[in-house]
Amino acid sequence: MIKFDQVNKRYPGSHQALQNISFEIEAGELVYVTGHSGAGKSTLLKLIAALERPTSGTVLINNQNISHLRSALVPYLRRKFGLVFQDHKLLYDRNCFDNVALPLHINGITGSEAGKRVRAALDKVGLLDKEKAMPITLSGGEQQRLAIARAVVSRPAILIADEPTGNLDATYAAEIMQLFHAFQQVGVTVIIATHDVREIKPHAKVLKLDHGHLTTLRGDQRTQETAA
Amino acid sequence: MKHWLNQHTQALGLVLKRMRKNLLATLLMFIVMGVTLSLPGTLYVIVENLNRLAGSMQTDPQISLFLKLDADRSTAAAIGKKLDAHPSVRAHRFISKDTAWEQIQQDAETAAVSASLERNPLPDAYFVTPEILQPDEIEALQAELQQWEGVELAQLDTSWIKRLNALLQLGKKGILVLVALLGIALIVIIGNTIRLQILTQREEIEVSKLIGATDSFIRRPFLYAGTIYGLGGGLVAWLLLIGIIRLFNLSIADLAELYASGYRLDLPALETGIGIVAGTVLLSWLGSYIAVNRSLSQLNYK
Repeated sequence: MIKFDQVNKRYPGSHQALQNISFEIEAGELVYVTGHSGAGKSTLLKLIAALERPTSGTVLINNQNISHLRSALVPYLRRKFGLVFQDHKLLYDRNCFDNVALPLHINGITGSEAGKRVRAALDKVGLLDKEKAMPITLSGGEQQRLAIARAVVSRPAILIADEPTGNLDATYAAEIMQLFHAFQQVGVTVIIATHDVREIKPHAKVLKLDHGHLTTLRGDQRTQETAA
Repeated sequence: MKHWLNQHTQALGLVLKRMRKNLLATLLMFIVMGVTLSLPGTLYVIVENLNRLAGSMQTDPQISLFLKLDADRSTAAAIGKKLDAHPSVRAHRFISKDTAWEQIQQDAETAAVSASLERNPLPDAYFVTPEILQPDEIEALQAELQQWEGVELAQLDTSWIKRLNALLQLGKKGILVLVALLGIALIVIIGNTIRLQILTQREEIEVSKLIGATDSFIRRPFLYAGTIYGLGGGLVAWLLLIGIIRLFNLSIADLAELYASGYRLDLPALETGIGIVAGTVLLSWLGSYIAVNRSLSQLNYK
């Protein structure tokens, strides 16, 4: 489903963010991307979600090489992903309902169909009673759950979360992780970047990054061999 | 098709909602644009009216041919024959110095002046109506007549109309320059307003872009905003223009009455109004497009 082959990423005027990264993610997997801060976790997620282009190497999403994807087609690819950011990236000028409805509007879905799906998403994250509330009135954990509702409202096949528990205390963090696992259980591919190794489930695949290099892989023998 | 329509009504609805929320700012924007545009608009209407006035007077150009004071009857008759034979002359009328003198003496207003004169100072004169209407050809005819023996002065009566026309040409050029300059100003005003709106909605644009909004999705509400500003501004300009012309006409009516004329400035044609509004809409759209594209290019996938 997702395949990286000797991918490099260098930001202009900066160090090499990622070097010679190769791995593969199958549909429905639960994957953690770990490493110290600045190791390249966010960059890796951005390459998967087509937010950044690799400097060299190939990134295949559903057998489509996105390194050479035309800019005009990039938005359609991004819609296949549900993105959760560390800083939520919620819009504070509108209520919870409208925040979650944004991806649907982008897809041209409005009216009662949109309303049904927004409420379903809010229900999944336990915020159905907050649909009229403004995001600023929510707690940190609730805001992150709202962000997750927005990420899943268009029913993406791949859910990508960058440090989703970074700013949360342990109780909230566990709740959020529980949510992601629940989505993985119903067949969604879930990719989570985290520096907190305690969160990692034993059956999950782990990509550990160190200064832009992929150092260890757990859970996928084939890729591990090629990496070694 | 339904999807496409959905996207547009959604964008338009969003823009209208935002404008209602910032009603004062929106109305101010309309007024700024309207005032900017009413200036060249008013000038245009005035020049257009003068043009029409000049046009109606230009129909019958005439050359006044004053003979030398010492020219005798036979010279006058010879000139009359030559005029008869001339292909460019449609008609001519002879007014002898005696006839002219009599007319002046009979006229109550000029009688006092003429009474103080000892003898008739007037020359014989021909009033020539040329066959041709082109200004430069009439001028050539005038020059030719001037050379004839016994002619003191061949005067083209339309010369003041020519001067007016030249002035009107200048006026039109002035309007063109003004429209061009204000058009650029308009694009900048709109561009800047849209740029500020983009800044206040930068988060929304960024997030939308991250979760898969196309450029046209992001561009659409801003283009609608620009278009609505143009529409409002154009309509305000049009209303101002009509108001200004009416105001002018109040004074012009008084003035025209003194000249025993019913002259009025004509209100601009409906096409002119539609032109103004359409032009404004186009310029605003352009201004917004440039502004949005500049911001979008900074956010694009690299």
